[in-house]
Amino acid sequence: MIQSILDGILTGAIISLGAIGLTLIMHMLRFANFAYSELLAIGAYAALVFDRLFSALVPVLDEAFAPLTLTGALALSMVIAMVLTGLSAVVIDWLVFRRIRQKADPLSMVFASFGVALIIRNVIVLIFGHHAQLYSQEIARATILSFDPLILIKPDQVFVLVLALVLMLALHLVLTRTTFGFALRAVAENPALAQVAGVRLTTVIAAVWIIAGSLSAAAGTLYALTNQLNPMIGPVFLLPVFAATIVGGIGSVYGAVLGGFIVGIASGLALLVLPSGYAPAMPFLIILAVLLVRPQGLFGEDQR
Amino acid sequence: MIGVVSYLTFFLTMAGIMAIITLGLNLQWGYTGLFNGGVVAFFGAGAYGTMILGGPAEPGQFGGFGLPYLVALGGGILLAAALAWVVGLLTLRLRHDYLAISTFGVAVALESLARNSQWLTGGARGMRGFPRPFEAVIESNFLFGVVFLLIVLAVLALVWWGIERLVHSPFGRALRAIREDETAARALGKSPTRLRLWSLVIGAAIMGAGGGLYVSYTAFVSPQDLLPILTFQIWAMLIVGGAGNNRGAVLGAVLIWGAWTLSGFALTRLVPDSMQLDAGSIQYILIGTLIVSMLLWRPEGLLPERISNPRNTTAGKAAPTSNKE
Repeated sequence: MIQSILDGILTGAIISLGAIGLTLIMHMLRFANFAYSELLAIGAYAALVFDRLFSALVPVLDEAFAPLTLTGALALSMVIAMVLTGLSAVVIDWLVFRRIRQKADPLSMVFASFGVALIIRNVIVLIFGHHAQLYSQEIARATILSFDPLILIKPDQVFVLVLALVLMLALHLVLTRTTFGFALRAVAENPALAQVAGVRLTTVIAAVWIIAGSLSAAAGTLYALTNQLNPMIGPVFLLPVFAATIVGGIGSVYGAVLGGFIVGIASGLALLVLPSGYAPAMPFLIILAVLLVRPQGLFGEDQR
Repeated sequence: MIGVVSYLTFFLTMAGIMAIITLGLNLQWGYTGLFNGGVVAFFGAGAYGTMILGGPAEPGQFGGFGLPYLVALGGGILLAAALAWVVGLLTLRLRHDYLAISTFGVAVALESLARNSQWLTGGARGMRGFPRPFEAVIESNFLFGVVFLLIVLAVLALVWWGIERLVHSPFGRALRAIREDETAARALGKSPTRLRLWSLVIGAAIMGAGGGLYVSYTAFVSPQDLLPILTFQIWAMLIVGGAGNNRGAVLGAVLIWGAWTLSGFALTRLVPDSMQLDAGSIQYILIGTLIVSMLLWRPEGLLPERISNPRNTTAGKAAPTSNKE
């Protein structure tokens, strides 16, 4: 029970990181982006490529920070992956979504996002193969917190949780303390009025894609660090991040964070009673429950 | 020779079933502007429903009622419609992407149900041995194929005719009215939520019929039939053909199913053995690229919707514009 909650919190932290960008995109561009969770895959694989590269070129970096399995090379790679994924999100927007946005309705963008997801996922399969990969071959030893009931936690998991919280705090500071944060919230609130006040819409949209891409890359890398990496990471996280945004209310960053933890913990607890084969269906049940009880989510505006 | 003809009947039967499903999607997306992200869920509900009601009994498994064919097929269709009704009731009064996310979620949930509920669906190995209609009477396999193709074409014609009747009725005009301008339609006393719900349910029932026919043809259904790729194929068919008109939907179904089959052949021939595993990925990339490029460069499809107006005929209209919020 406690172990399930603990595991749920860790998964929840990763889902939260993924959901923050999605809730901003869905609110500002007004479309459900089904290619979104592929950003996690892009990030995680970019980190893999640079991790291998740095480990080979600079062996010093290949030392793990004990007791973590995280190496200097991977830490550096994750930062690069965050930048690159942010940029790819902007490029994808320019190539596809912006052009469709200009001439068609939001639902055409939803169609297009499925097409984009198919392309990204299968290009990754072609390059890296179907098999699972690991950043580090070292075995992460779990620390026993208590014997009865048995509760295990790996140092890596603590690191993931702390880093996720730090990233969220950083985003919170940016949103509340900087001019850019004000501009972003103004656009989310009322795009026309924000433009009148001198906010450049295209710049803000690009910035949101960069935030979304880099947080997703972090989420993907952290997931791959504590579990394993395979091309299905996108589809696996798709419904959970959507569930988190709907639970939190579309457009609410804090809602997405809370929603991510709720989805993570609820899925963890559900596996106590359900066979693990049903895990992919859990986020959907959470979505249904929210739509039934409080369709606007915890912090969302009325979405009618 | 007989091999070629027999393959052609197989191809046309599958294309016909796909065309039926595409017509269902056309009612939802083309005429009403509803985004169905889980076409495969309604197809699957129809397929599994028909199988469970009409299939043979399996030890330790629910179902296998062996009901008469039409009752089983009707049950499958009803199951698909009921699923759509529940999803629609929960999501249609909300922002449009809730429907997209929920229908996608239904498909994921149904696939994991089919994979794991051994007692209901036979789990990963699926269910087999559906008594195919007329199979007992017709001895030759070839003749059965031809008869079944005729059945599929008859159903296709029936669905086509039904949808044409529907969209040219006051109900159909109201559907297009809410698609084009929801506020105006509401001001005229139409209830957008109710009209959308009906369109979603009828479209899902048609998809369910496609699923039922599929099971009647292959006599077999497994979770492999519930993979999301079917949803993408059906979309590609509708987008390529042109949403909002039935000719486009059927043309798109035949073209895309043909292209899919041919590319499958070509890849197994051309790609070296070591890369055969990747052939599927290449096909997925092709269909993704096709969807994106059609939306970018020809969103109205090959055969655009014609808005017929007795007084002023304006041909050629862009892809359906959904309700503005």
